[in-house]
Amino acid sequence: MKEKLVLIGNGMAGMRTIEELLKLGSDLYDITVFGAEPHGNYNRIMLSPVLSGETQFDDIVLNKREWYAEHGITLHAGRKIGKIDRVRRQVVAEDGTTAPYDRLLIATGSRPFILPVPGHELPGVVGFRDIADVQTMLDTAGSHRHAVVIGGGLLGLEAAVGLAKRGMKVRVVHLSDTLMDRQLDAAAGALLRQELEGRGVEFLMGAKTKEIIGRQRVQGVLFEDGREISADLVVMAAGIRPDMELARSAGIHCERGIVVNDTMQTYDPRIYAVGECVQHRGQTYGLVAPLFEQAKVCANHLAKFGIGRYQGSVTSTKLKVSGVDVFSAGDFLGGPESEQIVYRDPGAGIYKKVVLKDNRIQGAVLYGNTLDGAWYFQLMRDGADVSAFRDQLLFGQAHLGDAGHGGNSPVAMMADSAEVCGCNGITKGAIVEAIRAKGLFTLDEVRAHTKASASCGGCTGLVEQILASVVGSDASQGERTRPMCPCTEHSHDEVREAIRARHLTSMEQTMHELDWHTPDGCPSCRPALNFYLLSTWPTETKDDSASRFVNERLHANIQKDRSYTVVPRIWGGVTTPAELRAIADAAEKYNVPMVKITGGQRIDLVGVQKEQLPAMWADLNAAGMVSGHAYGKALRTVKTCIGSQFCRFGTQDSVQMGIDLEKFSWGSWTPHKFKMAVSGCPRNCAEATIKDFGVVAVDSGWELHVGGNGGVKVRVTDLLCRVNTSAEVLEYCGAFMQLYREQAHYLERTAPWIERVGLDYVKKQMVDDDANRTALYQRFVESQRIAQNDPWAERTGEARRAEFMPLTVTNVGRVSAA
Amino acid sequence: MNDWITIGKLEDIPPQGARVVQTAAGEIAVFRARSDAVFALANRCPHKGGPLSEGIVFDHHVACPLHNWKISLESGEAMAPDQGCARRYAVRVESGTVQLNLNI
Ligand code: SRM
Ligand SMILES: Cc1cc2nc3c(=O)[nH]c(=O)nc-3n(C[C@H](O)[C@H](O)[C@H](O)COP(=O)(O)OP(=O)(O)OC[C@H]3O[C@@H](n4cnc5c(N)ncnc54)[C@H](O)[C@@H]3O)c2cc1C
Ligand code: SF4
Ligand code: FES
Repeated sequence: MKEKLVLIGNGMAGMRTIEELLKLGSDLYDITVFGAEPHGNYNRIMLSPVLSGETQFDDIVLNKREWYAEHGITLHAGRKIGKIDRVRRQVVAEDGTTAPYDRLLIATGSRPFILPVPGHELPGVVGFRDIADVQTMLDTAGSHRHAVVIGGGLLGLEAAVGLAKRGMKVRVVHLSDTLMDRQLDAAAGALLRQELEGRGVEFLMGAKTKEIIGRQRVQGVLFEDGREISADLVVMAAGIRPDMELARSAGIHCERGIVVNDTMQTYDPRIYAVGECVQHRGQTYGLVAPLFEQAKVCANHLAKFGIGRYQGSVTSTKLKVSGVDVFSAGDFLGGPESEQIVYRDPGAGIYKKVVLKDNRIQGAVLYGNTLDGAWYFQLMRDGADVSAFRDQLLFGQAHLGDAGHGGNSPVAMMADSAEVCGCNGITKGAIVEAIRAKGLFTLDEVRAHTKASASCGGCTGLVEQILASVVGSDASQGERTRPMCPCTEHSHDEVREAIRARHLTSMEQTMHELDWHTPDGCPSCRPALNFYLLSTWPTETKDDSASRFVNERLHANIQKDRSYTVVPRIWGGVTTPAELRAIADAAEKYNVPMVKITGGQRIDLVGVQKEQLPAMWADLNAAGMVSGHAYGKALRTVKTCIGSQFCRFGTQDSVQMGIDLEKFSWGSWTPHKFKMAVSGCPRNCAEATIKDFGVVAVDSGWELHVGGNGGVKVRVTDLLCRVNTSAEVLEYCGAFMQLYREQAHYLERTAPWIERVGLDYVKKQMVDDDANRTALYQRFVESQRIAQNDPWAERTGEARRAEFMPLTVTNVGRVSAA
Repeated sequence: MNDWITIGKLEDIPPQGARVVQTAAGEIAVFRARSDAVFALANRCPHKGGPLSEGIVFDHHVACPLHNWKISLESGEAMAPDQGCARRYAVRVESGTVQLNLNI
């Protein structure tokens, strides 16, 4: 018989846990849900737009009653649990309904804090928590005029603006001098106040409520300083309190919330708790993003995978008042230890402040222009070193030299018809529509439903910003904790670490040890695992060709018409008449439709049929040429300029240096493609400063540059260091490639990797630490011993050629007459 | 009545991979899942005609090599939210040989 799982609290965190559990394919439980509210689960965040009239209740329902039925879940909506009987292991609702449990999940959320002043129980005093509260406000707005909102925080201001839009005269009472003082500093708070005053909301700052007056219902509010104002409606938005009375009365340990461990279990291990009612490592949360992370971990544990751990969250906030852009995250005030960078443009109503410590972002406040909020937040969560672009930081990501839409077009200003995802032709409007209509919260969900950012990923940042602007707070997870794909709970870093620490050497073993949810992974995790295994245990891992994308499996780039391209290595961009003749002969012999000079200083034979590949490779091999890996997450080209052999400005032999580098590093698999260039002098004709590893000759030696990128988002390299000899160039190159191979995430090029870990980190590892550099270099050389085999030569023998041919029909049975 | 045509041995198809075969019904991709179950689909992705035989096979699905649509090997249907279907054919393994039937 199945075990019984009971959920108390049909809200956002509890139901998210159930959905995650179903997603894991868990069939372990009979599930029963009790909710005090008489509805299916709805998106509480969107109550503000319901209040202001921008959307309707029906549109914010997440799971209708039918959904529960379809998933075999018993829903008791409108039944509040009054007692948890831990001895009999059952819950008892106030109306007497009981339900036994094997495991219990408490997700009772929180309650609005109602100031305990005289009169607080009068009709007309409401909190702002559920749809019933919104209904009360709307009813009052229809028949009365004066509203007072107590509390100038996020909720209070959203309520105030909503009520003003509904035609009420609204006054906001706030204890401190700064609005939203838990998210904003004084400067941003003042701008916000100005803006809202412009919309007809009045403010009473520093006012302490003494009493709510009225007979049948509310009539006014009296303050300590003797002031008195009239009111037909009082909205209490003075904070929330975790709803833990039920748990406490059942003897479950509570402090400021129900205390849980990293697997979301309370002191009674059969009883879990998630959401706002919870206290984890001393923290309580009041935003959905962290609650969803908790839900994920809890579901994982309930499904008995037991590998996820919740480690606390960093959160950011955004005010959902249309036309008012406010963003806040982290430690936005800063202390004596930290530095603040501030940008102010009062005329345009823009204020930005970023708090830094050791060149890492601790917090940020943005007012008026919040486009870069998601970017700062990402940098903050990733602990990224910003020293390289510190002086540009406040001008935004868009200022960092960006040729394409690398995720920084001003999302709010974008028209609905503007294309966001160039790969799949998805517009901003379509994404916003899908987020609203389908109740999407995460990047993965948006990808699944719209395909936006599901292909090249170049627009990921942009899609995240759109998500943030619609959902209100940034609901997605940071790079470091985000699972590598839906097959697993683990992030790239965790998987890499497990492969290393547990000495895992095969895909099967890795998936088994790390509890993959799917039998054999998916097209996004398998290539990544294959790379992690190969780069960690090069001598022990067997390459899994079934986990390679077609280009790497067939050692040729597939084209839209199913033909392939053949690109031989042209070492350092230097060729010979004999090689050119061999290429020309092959092109003629196999009727190659196009012979093209590539942007990487070599020649591309385009439009070759799969069956022809081995024969053509054999011909090119015979002329001394090998595969150019133009298809691989591997070393691509090493471009060179003419250099000192001939050029009148050349200071060193860039051609020979390029050839040496290519011969040294070809064949190596890397997290993403890896490109190099060597220029003979600072005129830099080989464009070395937009390469992953760029070398620029100077009179006294060589400058080494790293982390450059052309392509979708252009990034100029950082100067790593200067060296004197060619031998050092090779050593630093090997060490750099190895560091990148060992530490970057799969499909992360050196540019984003360096932005994530910081140039200083790379320098510490391989410039300052001679011993470590040598060790990195040696590991690279060791793996090259195995990697440097020409994939063409390996596949031109008769036996291997068969793989490229179609099967043939060997026995035709009697085919029935048509 | 015997409508089954033999196209090779199970070992001719790489595990988690595919081979193609030219038939009267056109080019067909024959897949071998990790479980050794075999499947046959017309070798044309319902999106823009990509060769499904060259995709990554996972569980009972294949990801098209051109734009990563995921196609069910069992039904030929594209996985939601994409829509479209590649024609499927009957295929079986009889004493180690792989056989196709174009008539059912
Ligand atoms: C052939 C070539 C175009 C040409 O005719 O010049 C080319 C062709 C392709 N490039 Fe490129 N790129 C070529 C040079 C470049 C360059 C220039 C360079 O290397 O100096 C760049 C910008 C530099 C850079 O990478 O930083 C470039 C940036 C890209 C990008 C964007 C990468 C990025 O980090 O933003 C992609 C997409 C990707 O890799 O995900 C891409 C992807 C592709 C693919 C592989 C798309 C695909 O998956 O099918 C194209 C394959 C066509 C084919 O079958 O050959 N190609 N591509 C060039 C091959 C050079 C070579 O000899 O190997
Ligand atoms: C107006 C408003 C705007 C918000 N805006 C944002 C925003 O922009 N961004 C953001 O991240 N967050 C926002 N939030 C906060 C977010 O909605 C909450 O963090 C989230 O809903 C908490 O989820 P939960 O499951 O812990 O609690 P809830 O969603 O409140 O669910 C708890 C449920 O348990 C039920 N319950 C309680 N006790 C019992 C019992 N004894 N028996 C049965 N059922 C019981 C309650 O009735 C309730 O339905 C907003 C909240 C409000 C009210
Ligand atoms: S830019 Fe590169 S990826 Fe785009 S069409 Fe040209 S070759 Fe293909
Ligand atoms: S052709 Fe298959 S996904 Fe586009």
